[in-house]
Formats: sequence, C-alpha cells, structure tokens
Amino acid sequence: MKRFSLALFAVLTLALPARADVDIVEVTSPGGITAWLVQEPSIPFMALDIRFRGGASLDALGKRGATNLMTGLLEEGAADMDARAFARVTEALAASFSYSVRDDSLSISARFLTENRDEAVALLRASIKEPRFDQDALTRVRDQVLSGIRSDAQDPNEIATAAWRKMAFGTHPYGSAYEGSVETVSALTREDMIEAHANIFAKDRLYVAAAGDITPEALGAMLDTLLGDLPDTGAPMPEEAQLAISGGVTVIPYPTPQSVAMFGHAGIDQDDDDFFAARVLNQVLGGGSFESRLTQEVRVERGLTYGVYSFLVPRDLAATYQGQVASSNETVAEAIEVIRDEWQKAATEGVTEEEIADAKTYMTGAYPLQFDSNSAISRIMVGMQMLGLPIDYIPTRNERVEAVTVDDVQRVAGYLLDPAGLHFVVVGQPVGLESGPLPN
Amino acid sequence: MTALRLAFAALLAAWPAWAAADDQVTTFALDNGIQVVVVEDTRAPVVTHMLWYRVGSADEAPGVSGVAHFLEHLMFKGTDELASGEFSSVVAANGGRDNAFTSYDYTGYFQRVASDRLGLMMQMEADRMTDIAPTAAEILSERGVILEERAQRTDSDPAALFREQMSAALYLNHGYGTPIIGWRHEMEELDMEDVMSFYAEHYAPNNTVLVVAGDVTADEVRALANEHYGVIPANPAITARQRTQEPPQRAERRLIFRDARVAQEYVTRSYIAPERDPGAQEKAAALTILAEILGGGTTSFLAEKLQFDTQTVVYVGAWYRGMSLDDTSFSLVVLPAPGVTLEEAEAAMDTALTEFMETGVDAEQLDRIKMQLRASQIYARDSADGVARRYGSALTSGLTVADVQAWPGILQAVTAEDIMQAAAEVLRPESSVTGYLTTPEAEGGPTQ
Repeated sequence: MKRFSLALFAVLTLALPARADVDIVEVTSPGGITAWLVQEPSIPFMALDIRFRGGASLDALGKRGATNLMTGLLEEGAADMDARAFARVTEALAASFSYSVRDDSLSISARFLTENRDEAVALLRASIKEPRFDQDALTRVRDQVLSGIRSDAQDPNEIATAAWRKMAFGTHPYGSAYEGSVETVSALTREDMIEAHANIFAKDRLYVAAAGDITPEALGAMLDTLLGDLPDTGAPMPEEAQLAISGGVTVIPYPTPQSVAMFGHAGIDQDDDDFFAARVLNQVLGGGSFESRLTQEVRVERGLTYGVYSFLVPRDLAATYQGQVASSNETVAEAIEVIRDEWQKAATEGVTEEEIADAKTYMTGAYPLQFDSNSAISRIMVGMQMLGLPIDYIPTRNERVEAVTVDDVQRVAGYLLDPAGLHFVVVGQPVGLESGPLPN
Repeated sequence: MTALRLAFAALLAAWPAWAAADDQVTTFALDNGIQVVVVEDTRAPVVTHMLWYRVGSADEAPGVSGVAHFLEHLMFKGTDELASGEFSSVVAANGGRDNAFTSYDYTGYFQRVASDRLGLMMQMEADRMTDIAPTAAEILSERGVILEERAQRTDSDPAALFREQMSAALYLNHGYGTPIIGWRHEMEELDMEDVMSFYAEHYAPNNTVLVVAGDVTADEVRALANEHYGVIPANPAITARQRTQEPPQRAERRLIFRDARVAQEYVTRSYIAPERDPGAQEKAAALTILAEILGGGTTSFLAEKLQFDTQTVVYVGAWYRGMSLDDTSFSLVVLPAPGVTLEEAEAAMDTALTEFMETGVDAEQLDRIKMQLRASQIYARDSADGVARRYGSALTSGLTVADVQAWPGILQAVTAEDIMQAAAEVLRPESSVTGYLTTPEAEGGPTQ
C-alpha cells in the first residue's frame, strides 16, 4: 500500500468544518411565553424541552433533596390519575416524559407523536401543574432515592466527589449532593413537596425549546395550554457560592484495588471574555480527545489509567476547573505526579501554537456534529437560552473559537492554571500518598 | 381517561399509514465480501462511518480471554502507513470523533465527521484492516491500560464482579461465560503473538459489515467503498463461525456474592433463552414482549405485585437480549424494600411468577406495549446512528437485512398464547442461575 501522508496533509490544510445550519425561530404565545423552535416535519413527532432555573439549589435550609424528590414524584400521579393510571395513559399514547433536576435547573424533556399531541400535552400539563404527591408514592419513591444515596456512599467516585464538593462549598447547596442525605430525605414530608413545587414552577425562570413536526402557531397555543397558568414568580435565587478549597491532598481510605482521584481549583465563568480561550486551553490539557496532554502522558505513554480528564465546570453560582483519574493503588501517586507536572508545565510554559490550532480544529469540527436529531436540537436550544446566548449564535460560534489567539491562551493559562491550588481527593488505598499539603 | 382510551383505539385503527419499513436504508455487497448498509439522513451535514467485524470475545480460543478487546485497543497504534496514534489525531484534526467497541459477537470501529471526510475515514480504516504494527513497548503500556480498564469497570464495582460470576455460572460450555474484557490472570499474559494471530485469523474484508449513516447517498458510499475497501482481497480461510454450544442444562444453580462495598442488596435470576435466528425470530419476539410485561416499568406485572400491591421491593426489572449469535439469557432482578430479606424478596418474586403463569397476559397491557413498539419505529428515525447500530449489530449476530426489516412486523404478530408458551419454555429452574448480591455480615441472608 502506498503512503498517503501527503494526501492527508493536503486534506488537513484545506479542511473546513461542516457548517451548523439550524433554522431557529422565536415563538411568542398569545399569553406571552416565548420558545425557540426548529420546524422539521419529516418525522411525525416533536421533541419539547422545558427548563426552570434554580434547580436543586432552591432547596430550603434543612430540606436538602426536596426538589429532587419532588421532581421524581411528578410522574407518580397527577389530577385524577394515581401513579399507575398516569403510567398506563403515557404508555397508551407512546409518549415519553423525563423529569430531572441538577444544581442549576429542573429539566423536562418530552417527545410525543403528532397524531395524539393534544392528549400528550394534557397529560404533561397535569404532571407539571397538578401533581398529587400521594403519600404512598412519596414513600415508594423516597425508598428508591434512599437506596441510591446508600449506593453512592459506597461508590469511590461518589465518595470523592462528595468530599471535594464539601471542602469547596461548605454549607452552600453546591457543597452537598442534590439528592440530599439519608437524614434529610427521610424527614421530607408532603408539605415539603408542595413547597418545593411552588419554589421552582414559575414563569420568571422558564425556558422552552421545541423541534419537530409542529408549526409556530400550534406551538404558541400549546405553550399557553401547558404553561400559561403557572405563577409569575417563584422563590428567590440562592446566593453565589464562595470557593473555599485550597491546594492539598485528602486521602479517604476505602477497600478497593483501584484508587479514584478528583482534583481541581477555581474556574472561569461562561460569560467571561476569556471563556473560549480557557476552553481551547482545556482541550489541549485534558479535554475529551485522545490527543490531550493528560491522556498522552498518563495513559498512552505510561499505561497508568484507562481515563484521565480535566473539565471546566461553569455553573450559575460558582465556576470550578476540575479533573479526575482512576489508577491502581500502587500507581495512583505516579499518575497524580504526572498530572501536577502537566499542570505546572502548561501554567509556566503555556502550550504550543500547533496544539492550539489542533484544538481549535477539533472544537470547530465537533460542534456541528451534535445537531443530528430533533431531540438533540431541542435540548441544545433550551440550554442556549439558559446561558443567555442570542438566537443567531449557532452559525457564529465557530468564529468565536477561531478568534482565540495564541496570546489569549497563554495569558489565560498563566492565571487560570494554579498548580499549587490543586486539591486532590483520593479514595482507595493509595500507596505513597497521605492527607496533607501537596508533596514537593 | 375514557377520552384517551377512545383516542388510542382510533389510533390503532389508523396505524398502517406510516408503518413503512426502513425506507432510508440501502444495502449491497462488494465483490470481496464486505456487506454494506447505508442509512441516509440529510438533516445535518455529518456522517458516521462504522466498520463492524464479525468477531467478538466469544470467538477467542481458551486461555487468551480479552484478546479481542486488547486488539481493538491496539488498532489505534501504528500501521505500516500510519504512525502510532495518528489515526485518532487525523480524525480529531478533521473535527471528528472516533472510538471503538468490543462485544461477545462483534467488534466495531467508528468515526463521526463532516460528510466530505468520509473517503479519508475509509482510507485509514481500510489501512488498519491489513497491517497494524504495534511495538513491544506499546503492547506493554496498552496492556497496562486494559488492566486499568478492568480495575475501573469491574474490580472496583461489586455489582460488575457479581454479573461476571453470574454469566460464568449460567454458561456451562459457551464463551458467553467469559467476560469480554477478559479474566485478569489471562489478560496479564496477553502478548504480541496472541494479538497478531487473532488479527490474522479474523480481520479481513469478508468478515466485515460496513455501515455508513448520515448525509450521504448510497451511490457515493458504493464508489468510495470500492475505491478504499474493494481493493483488499478476501481471506478464503474465514468460514462460518464455529463455537462450542451449550449442552442441555439440568441443574438449577445458586450463588451468593458477598462484598463489603455492597450498599443495596439484590436478587437476580438469569435463564438460558433462545436468541433471534435468521428466518425464525418468533420466539425471540415473544420473549421481548414477555420482558416488557414482567418488568418493563411501573405498569409491569411484577411491579404491580411487588412494588405496589405488597411493597416488598423498591425496584423490579426484566431483560431479554434477543440480538445474539448463540443462546442468550432472560433475566429478572428485584431490590428488596427496607426490612425485607433477600430470601423473602425471592419468594415473593416466585409467587408472582407462578401467579402470572396462571392468570396469563393482560390484553390491555399487550396493546399498550405493541403501541409503544410501533411508535418506537417513528422515534428511531430521529437517530440515523441508532438505525446504523441496529443493522451493524444484527448483521454481525447472524441475522440478515430481511430479518431486521421483518422484526417490527413479527413483534406486532405476537399473541398472548405465544408469550405464555415462551414463558413456560424459558422460565425453567433447571436452566437458571439465581444470585444474591449481599454484604459479608448481612442478616437474614441465605446462609441461615
């Protein structure tokens, strides 16, 4: 077979990324609710995404887990239907509704067929506006949540995450798991569910997107049916979280052959002018591609792990820069040393022009790959609205990545990467590591 | 409720209007034996290129468990044309993503890129079909990686270790009893010769299925595939897959897995079950629906009895994986409620199963399940990648394109009698393993 390096080179230099071409319109209902829509009539169904800002961080003091449990109960009985009746009707319509909550938002993702759309919307509305919170459902779902919390307490990854979060954010909601603890969840009552529901379901924090077989007019009417009678305001948003973690190592002994390490320090906000430069930097250092420095050094060169990553976590109330690795107890100290070296090297020497160019090519190329289904497009659009991005953002996004200069990345590396500020939480039986300051 | 039920009945009557087959799918073969499937979807200017090999961990010889998966990792090292790691870096530099997967019955490699890069992906994928060249140092470091992968996915997770023991007990004579990633003591010994002989024996065009999904036409795929893959000669030594088969199973097996890391105890039971066979998928269709009836969500029979009526368990599930080259399994799991022992949960599950065998299938529930199966054909069209994976796994698991396209109709034709007959045939204690996942000090355990 002949060599084709030359051919590859030609393709590389001429390559332009696929252009994301998504035709979004803004729909405002007669009642004043807005949504973003991509009309795509080729398949007779639609995807609908609804989000409420605040999420589990709206939990009242001492009621940690209330929003999560309430969210789990939305599909467990509504209006004149108990849990089983609600499930049977949903199945008969072949609709699917998923309700989930995270730190910053409560998300509802729905998909339903064009031909029974009105029935599906009526059912979805009942779950949002008229959940029953029956005591038997509450007890049953609470047992499921408690089972999950107990499992997390034995899972090395969850143990590490919980410890890092607690050190970083203390008593702020970001300092604990949104599922709550065995103690707080066991104490939750039906009244707590009603309060958590009133806290979050309001128009002042609502975002909607839809994609699929529906016209703007029909969507407008649907928005009013579905969400028109929500109250205007909900609970006030929680305060910003203050990051309290500093450099060091915390070892949590746990009987397992492989240690898990979570690490990180302060990050950068999504609306910071340097955010894209930080994304490019992270792509080079420890982003998802096989080419990242961390993957090359820890996995490919030394075989110390199956996976090592770093990631920016810009949430509404605090931003962190975190990472994780899993490595055998005998080798995790070496893995951590390599990660610290790479962090140090990037902070002081920056990254190369070639690495930056490769990272930008990867990011601009990967971006359009995700707009490949109604469900994905709807989900992406609702997320864009929560970030405050303009409706014409998608075709301009890659230009923003391209605009990042080598100087930008080096400058951001200089102030964002803080090797001495990294805190590693290690769960396992690591050899040659103990709690305390970072080793020299 | 009544209004909804009426609407549902009207919908059933109107159904055939859009119950068309996979009209977006084209299939053909190249002269050297590569089977090609094209799934057209022009909604986004991207394409997924997948090459599936008809070989998986269940095709490994005794003593080298994990070699199929180890080879999958080493396919990303160098060839005579590409430097080590160059494959993935070229994909990344073209804004694409790539990865691979190994199963019992197949090994697959895929890239997702802008559609005008399809030829480049084929060029590189065809290259590594014939002459990978891992170095001795790479064998060592990558063996470290797969051992860490096993540590992460299996050894660190008591539920994963338990599943491994369950499979080993369920299969008396078949490779499905050996974990895909391999037994650690054999993985530690895998060497260059093990990998390269497995590669030489199984990697050739006449042992592959090429699946391309996205913004591309069948004609474009045909031309590119002929250019890049069509020039590779077939390996005549590759013939129909020969595997050891299960003997009749005659003894109920039970096992207890104790691990201090277990937070939620549970009981699971797996039965040997027939898989989807070419031209004979009816029994598998009945079992697919049986799994939904018994454990498919909150309206399922076991959830009704055990979660709602008696509150004996916090969760119940049933699974059947029909896509399999050889005998597959039908599994049940119950998570006992607080204060309920594993023995009590198992007894409640058996009582409910006995009741099901007596009362039979609820007609309304069967209607709802069939409605969802029909709708899933519509929803499935939203993901060209999903359609691509469905064809790739079917064609490497012994099925044909005709079987894939007949499957939705066969599911709709399943009757209550078919389901009960399949249940009676498969839910036999003699061909089952029942396992308890528990803690060393758990009270009320099966040892008392």
